[in-house]
Amino acid sequence: MGHSLKPIADTSIFDLRLSRRGRRLNKMCEALCSPAEREAFKRDEEAFMTRFSLTEDEKKLIRTRDFKGLIEAGMNIYAMLKVGSATGNSLYKMGAQMRGESYEEFLKTRNISGAV
Amino acid sequence: MARIVGGIGLSHVPSVGPAYDRGKQQDPAWKPLFDAYIPVRDWLAKLKPDVAIVVYNDHVADFPFARYPTFALGAADSYAIADEGFGTRPLPEVSGDADFSIHLCEKLIQDEFDLTVCQEMGVEHGFLVPMNLCFPSTTSGWPVKSVPLQVNVVQHPLPTARRCYKLGQAIRRAVENYSSDLKVVILGTGGMSHQLQGKRFGFMNEKFDQWFMDQLEKNPDGLAEISHQKIMEDAGAEAVELIMWLTMRGALSEKAKRVHRHYYAPMTTGMGLITFEDS
Repeated sequence: MGHSLKPIADTSIFDLRLSRRGRRLNKMCEALCSPAEREAFKRDEEAFMTRFSLTEDEKKLIRTRDFKGLIEAGMNIYAMLKVGSATGNSLYKMGAQMRGESYEEFLKTRNISGAV
Repeated sequence: MARIVGGIGLSHVPSVGPAYDRGKQQDPAWKPLFDAYIPVRDWLAKLKPDVAIVVYNDHVADFPFARYPTFALGAADSYAIADEGFGTRPLPEVSGDADFSIHLCEKLIQDEFDLTVCQEMGVEHGFLVPMNLCFPSTTSGWPVKSVPLQVNVVQHPLPTARRCYKLGQAIRRAVENYSSDLKVVILGTGGMSHQLQGKRFGFMNEKFDQWFMDQLEKNPDGLAEISHQKIMEDAGAEAVELIMWLTMRGALSEKAKRVHRHYYAPMTTGMGLITFEDS
């Protein structure tokens, strides 16, 4: 964490140290902005992860769709939206998991849950 | 001489794009948001701006972390619709005004804002959601030209709120120095309260958001003192995007008057809207 920023409970602050730790993961996600790369990811996730030199621990986080763990490993939330989309996980589904709730439980906490 | 005729602070929530494209304007869950823009569009139709300067952030679509500029200004006659990982929205390419952009680059860099200058740039929801709400595009294009100004509000260290405000003041000086008779509006996008990761996912704070809009209107110079830490603690880590609203406010004169104000927070983001007319 940067010198001037103090930790905030239950919050990841995406700074350069975290970005550097998540470099491989984020670079893989950045590639998913291309339709051809999305197809490649969906066709063979393991080969795709290997191509981006993910460590075994990082691969495990992707395999298990551990979104909380991916954020802690340095994946940026906006990068994660791309891997979420490629794996059929919307922002709200990923968010529910990060909160430790089911999707339905999470929706009940919203003001107007129809605005999805 | 070019002049700034108005400023708009508004959120750029990605889900608004597909909701708009699927025609959910009358859906009860979305109607309050879309209806708030009807008077804004009427007002803009009377102001008749030629160009919109859009202060926004890219969400790792066109700007990868490998090279991540703090401030990046578009200097092109057109901007592609970027794919941010879920395909592109069915929108026409964005029209730019390269001559005006080049003038802004020259003046802002002379004024010690060392921008990254982009002759090719793709724009995504951070730019497109606000633009399409204020200036709906048709198949034949967009009703105004644009200058995209991309700000790093994602990877700390970020520019300070004060720096963003001062950039707005420098933009005003640069606009007023342009010899063509252009009418310019400036959009500051992002926020308001939201956090999209960690156990605090979904955090919002309407009280903070309303306070921010009050201060933006009445005490922008004081608001520019706000720290990233305070915004993130009070309004969520991703709410720090709000510093871009200060660039918009900095570009307005002391005579600017607030016209519209709206707030709606259905899901995970406080969606604010505030407009100012400048003389």
